Amino acid sequence: MSGIPHDHYEPKTGFEKWLHTRLPVVSLLYDTLMIPTPKNLNWWWIWGIVLAFCLVLQIVTGVILVMHYTPNTDLAFASIEHIMRNVNGGAVIRYLHMNGASLFFIAVYIHMFRGLFYGSYKAPREVTWIIGMLIYLAMMATGFLGYVLPWGQMSFWGATVITGLFGAIPFVGEALQTWLLGGPAVDNATLTRFFSLHYLLPFVIAGLVIVHIWAFHTTGNNNPAGVEVRRGSKEEVEKDTLPFWPYFVIKDLFALVLVLVAFFAVVGFMPNYLGHPDNYIEADPLITPAFIVPEWYYLPFYAILRAFTADVWAVMLVEWLTAGVVDAKVFGVFAMFGSILVMALAPWTDTSSVRSGKYRPMFKWWFYLLVIDFMVLMWAGAQPAEPPYSIIALIGAAYWFAYFLVILPILGVIEKPLPQPETIEEDFNNHYGKADTPAE
Amino acid sequence: MNLKKLTLSALAALVLSTGSAVPAVVTADIENIRFPFDGPFGKWDQNQLQRGLQVYTEVCAACHGLKYVPLRTLTDLGYSEEQVRAYAADNFEVFDGELDDFRAAIPTDSFPGSNLESAPDLSLMAKARVGFSGPYGLGLNQFFKGMGGPEYIVALLNGYSGKEKEEAGTVLYDNAVFGYIAMGPPLSDGLVEFSDGSPNDVKSMSEDVAAFLMWTAEPKLTVRKRVGFMGVFFLGILAILLYLTNKRLWAPHKGKKTA
Repeated sequence: MSGIPHDHYEPKTGFEKWLHTRLPVVSLLYDTLMIPTPKNLNWWWIWGIVLAFCLVLQIVTGVILVMHYTPNTDLAFASIEHIMRNVNGGAVIRYLHMNGASLFFIAVYIHMFRGLFYGSYKAPREVTWIIGMLIYLAMMATGFLGYVLPWGQMSFWGATVITGLFGAIPFVGEALQTWLLGGPAVDNATLTRFFSLHYLLPFVIAGLVIVHIWAFHTTGNNNPAGVEVRRGSKEEVEKDTLPFWPYFVIKDLFALVLVLVAFFAVVGFMPNYLGHPDNYIEADPLITPAFIVPEWYYLPFYAILRAFTADVWAVMLVEWLTAGVVDAKVFGVFAMFGSILVMALAPWTDTSSVRSGKYRPMFKWWFYLLVIDFMVLMWAGAQPAEPPYSIIALIGAAYWFAYFLVILPILGVIEKPLPQPETIEEDFNNHYGKADTPAE
Repeated sequence: MNLKKLTLSALAALVLSTGSAVPAVVTADIENIRFPFDGPFGKWDQNQLQRGLQVYTEVCAACHGLKYVPLRTLTDLGYSEEQVRAYAADNFEVFDGELDDFRAAIPTDSFPGSNLESAPDLSLMAKARVGFSGPYGLGLNQFFKGMGGPEYIVALLNGYSGKEKEEAGTVLYDNAVFGYIAMGPPLSDGLVEFSDGSPNDVKSMSEDVAAFLMWTAEPKLTVRKRVGFMGVFFLGILAILLYLTNKRLWAPHKGKKTA
């Protein structure tokens, strides 16, 4: 599977040979686990394991919750309370699931920004990046669908607002919205289909994750130095890499357990910190909450959605050009989806031949600014849509697009990169010194 | 390393700013109260919960309900099963579909719902309201003080200014937390007589009932905290072991650290 030469599985016993000629599953596991991994990977590379753990956690806790949950507008809210009060361990399992979603998104955002800094999206890893973006989109959809299930006030009104976005799409919007909701408004038909899809999508994600791993096992991992593993011979490979098992498994497990310490502290001591109190009020179509706010992980994109109001010149221009078909609302919807699309296009808009941001003196600062921009957008997304917040959100949204569409292409041309290490071995030894006795 | 520092602070900001997803309308400064169940090791004060139940039964239950709370769970407050049975039978009637009539409540029933349509059910009120927010939408106050649901309830019960106005035939009472509210001041000093002679001024009674409502909203609070503590403790030990394993595993491949 891997393009990097390394030892492959050799069936030894009679049974192993028998199985291997029929189903080479042990070989597949062996090659996956023993993949040569750049030995200079730093701690930013641990979030993939955290993400894999989150997916398993969410599926396991989710499957248990489904045993006690009732997808019906009259019963859903009460069934959650049933889980919280009457089901053995139910409160803890539900809080694990609830906060597991937040951990999932914290991990995915760090994972994505790591990729953006170290140029993991660049050739030959574009497909890994694109599949990653698909996983992220599926995660957003799953999270949104799941948030509707408890049938609290924010569930209901969040669903109303977000499906309303699809309604804004010109020509097909209204039909699309009705189709999504299963009727003219959020109701029982909406809840049952959201429940069904919330159960389905995690398995789609699991499938995509396998493809994601397959893709980067084919190209090999990127690494902090951004230079490729030398793959002329097995000896050369061994200078740059160590096998995933046990070196990176143990390292990643250590990091995962540390993350879980913090996670359990949140679940145990402040499980509602990341949620919204209104979701402890049963959905009421007749009472609109004072503020409708999505979950924190959507806030940056929610801010971009709301940033493009009718008084922004770009919006006015587009509205005029399209004879009013694309108004501020539609523009916002396109901007929100566009903000993710431009990220997906980074492998092609980034013109620099240097992967790692460590060796890009100008890029670095623009990247840090992007991280701050993301935080500011997240904060602005939770504020009321009025000045000064709307102006801050607009500046933040503009920078987001500028980074991917203008800054990345220009930097690649004008920037003079710093000298990079020739090999991963050199980078590793620069950092840790040369081992006294060569390994193995 | 620069990136590491920046991203760590960014991560902290990310976690903290998420409290900003809760821009609850808090018009008054709500006082942080040290409840016995606060903090990672906090536990219920059963006497306080019992007093709170008494306030609820004698005052709140006239209009409000607790429809999600099974009466049998009152044993959590330190009552025996007989006491719970007697309490249920003495205080509540529920509609029985099989009898097609009302009958005295038994422990397997839940508390009745609200008697008054405009009075919200109180089962989850302590989680459906937050007392703290900010500063600047950063969620720091909630991080350090807690969500402040019980504090909100105390502040509301003590927040009446005495001003009234009439709107569409209903008298509304000015409240520092809520604005004009349809519920008149429910508590007055000495309204409830506690058998153990605990103070029964409005402030004390409101704290007792707020603690009780926190229990109705989050009956598994102590279990949850214990799980949290066990998770942190045992995973912490595992982290140390994995750290040492990892260090030893990598040692032959690393020289002396130069950078």
